[in-house]
Amino acid sequence: MENIGALAILLAFCFAIYAVIGSVVGKLRKKPFLVVSAERSVYSTWILLTIASGILIYSLLTGDFRMGYVAAHTDASMSKIYKFTAWWGGQEGSLLLWAWLLATYSAIVVFMNRRKFRDMMPWVTSVLMATETFFLILIAFVFSPFQILIAGRGNIVEGMGKGLNPLLQYWTMVIHPPMLYLGYVGFTVPFAFAMGSLITKQPGDSWIHTTRRWTIVTWLFQSTGILLGQGWAYAVLGWGGYWAWDPVENASLLPWITATAFLHSVMMQEKKGMMKVWNMVLISATFFLCIFGTFLTRSGVVSSVHAFAQSPIGTYFVVFLAIGIAATIYLILDRLSYLKSEANLESVVSRESSFMFNNLILLASCFAVLWGTLFPVISEAVTGEKISVDAPFFNRINVPIGLGLLFLTGVGPLIAWRRSSVESLRRAFFWPSIAALVVMVGLAIAGVYEHPFALVSFGLCMFVTATIFSEFWKGASVIKAKSGIGLIPATIELTHRNTRRYGGYVVHMGIVFMFIGYTGAAFNQNVTKEVAPGGSFQLGHYTLRIADMLKGENDNYVWQKLVVEASEGGKSLGTMEPERRLYKSSQQPTSEVSIRRRLNEDLYLNFAGISNDNQRAVIQAYTFPLVTWIWIGFWVLAMGTLVCLIPSKVRLSYARTQVIGVTQKHAPVEK
Amino acid sequence: MNTYAKFGALVAVILGVLVWLAMGGISDSKTYYKTIAELGQMGDQAKGKRLRVGGDVQPGSIVRNGAEVTFVMHQESKTLKVVYSGIDPLPDTFKDGAQALADGKLGPDGVFQANKIQAKCASKYEAKPQLKKDANRAGI
Repeated sequence: MENIGALAILLAFCFAIYAVIGSVVGKLRKKPFLVVSAERSVYSTWILLTIASGILIYSLLTGDFRMGYVAAHTDASMSKIYKFTAWWGGQEGSLLLWAWLLATYSAIVVFMNRRKFRDMMPWVTSVLMATETFFLILIAFVFSPFQILIAGRGNIVEGMGKGLNPLLQYWTMVIHPPMLYLGYVGFTVPFAFAMGSLITKQPGDSWIHTTRRWTIVTWLFQSTGILLGQGWAYAVLGWGGYWAWDPVENASLLPWITATAFLHSVMMQEKKGMMKVWNMVLISATFFLCIFGTFLTRSGVVSSVHAFAQSPIGTYFVVFLAIGIAATIYLILDRLSYLKSEANLESVVSRESSFMFNNLILLASCFAVLWGTLFPVISEAVTGEKISVDAPFFNRINVPIGLGLLFLTGVGPLIAWRRSSVESLRRAFFWPSIAALVVMVGLAIAGVYEHPFALVSFGLCMFVTATIFSEFWKGASVIKAKSGIGLIPATIELTHRNTRRYGGYVVHMGIVFMFIGYTGAAFNQNVTKEVAPGGSFQLGHYTLRIADMLKGENDNYVWQKLVVEASEGGKSLGTMEPERRLYKSSQQPTSEVSIRRRLNEDLYLNFAGISNDNQRAVIQAYTFPLVTWIWIGFWVLAMGTLVCLIPSKVRLSYARTQVIGVTQKHAPVEK
Repeated sequence: MNTYAKFGALVAVILGVLVWLAMGGISDSKTYYKTIAELGQMGDQAKGKRLRVGGDVQPGSIVRNGAEVTFVMHQESKTLKVVYSGIDPLPDTFKDGAQALADGKLGPDGVFQANKIQAKCASKYEAKPQLKKDANRAGI
């Protein structure tokens, strides 16, 4: 079995190399049959990797403990679902998942464009398959998932089965890694199209039009992956945090930031023919940051709480990144004359400029996060001393950036292209500003003035909400007046006419909800107490009484549980049961926190341990105001993204009408 | 003043503010990685600096006393007594024999006052080929 798997990977490697060479040679020598055969070998690569993945999954499910990978990541007692997820539980398997996903994406791209872009497609295929080749080198020759455990001369031993860390046996952890991978891998496709367009000197933006949906879908996968990680950290790790600026978390955030910047700046290119070089840079940066993120998580260059295996894998990534980045920079510089801007910036107060500032501060944030993450490496290289920076650094720079972005989220969509008159600004922003001021003054009187950042954040949230609602209101009431349908059908009709614009507003609304949730963290409270059963303590306006302390045991773990009666001002809120477990096979203790989730505030109890005299329970109690809005915001964001994907009812041609007559330079109008 | 000059000035102001914030952030939160042996040699230099020290938790040395936890870390025959009095609960992975990283300051009595403890989250139990070398370098 394992030999077939290893053979499939080797063959896939050969086919991938053939696809690269075949499409390049076929293109340069004008031999269409070579190009077609290269495309077919993309399908073959996919089939072979599907077979390899199938074999690995089969071995995991049936518990073939002769195999090193199966023994290291599963044990006999694990449920089927966790055995399956062990596919991406370790380094070799997750590299195989990477390769398989990329092959899947490549096959889809090749199939969908089998009659389109004949000029550009051979290059797209070769970029995709060159990346695939890199990952196949890793799993074929260095980190094979099909290694057999061997002891002594030719003796095959059965491994013991070490199982999966119980902390990771949680539903969001099941889908968190593949979601992130779907996002990471997906950016190879727009990158390949961008490179194809550069190499063939395409004049227009066809690469952007073709990959727009693709980019949005992958962005959604990335956002989902990151949010699932946050949800898991909050519900499982026992300290109620969802973001710690750990290098591995940062690695997932970096390409998300550049992707977000890209999603915004492509609009400038589509509508005005500006920022063409910039978009090339952004999409390349996103792709390389995705690879870099994998490198950072897997190589152990910076120490992280996520103790992934540290292995010599880093060198391979460094070589791949160096070659890739050098080639990309060369291509962009060489083709600069094809990327000339078709319009000029006319005013600082304009839609164009708001897009530019949006990009500027997103990139500044990306750079700051990257800098902070690599600080130990940089400082060691420069001063010889290894110095790390911590959450305060990241927060200090990213909180103002976040607020600036939030402000632009409100301003950008309403401000006019080219330039805005004072009158139009007043019309658009008078009521939203008033609403924001009312909220800020109200909250300041209520005592929030001690947290100026939170005050500003809530004000801005109100401001953005008001602008979004005014946009829907304006559009919908016009439709209502014209067609006489109700306000809600009119809103749906409006959204359907330009899904990208109004879906985008829904996404912005999701971001506002998430900001509300993040801002709530300024008001967190916590207390740590040692309490004997029967005793009680206060946290904020809650009274918590330890009613009982229970213990027990099952096949998998030993547990201790607290029964806590929560009440607020004499009114009972029911009981909460935080638990501690000690897993038998791994001797790993875990705490199962108990969370009372409400829209205004979560009450969060962690059973931290038992005092030395075995009489009292150590309990940590937290309140997390507004944290639920982060998860609500995510669902709104996901919904909005899906709306963006629905085709608009009114076909919008991106004729750059605004440009014509202003610069006297007729931009090519494209279909 | 033309548009590009205005735009450039605004960009410069924004970047300036961010750089200023970043500098402040760095000086506020920079932490020096040290091994236990290096810590012993630092003498007066260690005062007031935020330090990060790594080592293995000596089995049986963990003592919980209310919100305060004391334990002994050892690394290559050197040991260090650590008192943790932070707010966050200790990670579940923190137990006898675990690899731990302690952030904090060295007290005048030679006891390390930690306000943050990280323990290697054993997301896998596989042998780590490079670990020894890396551990020496990173002081883990």
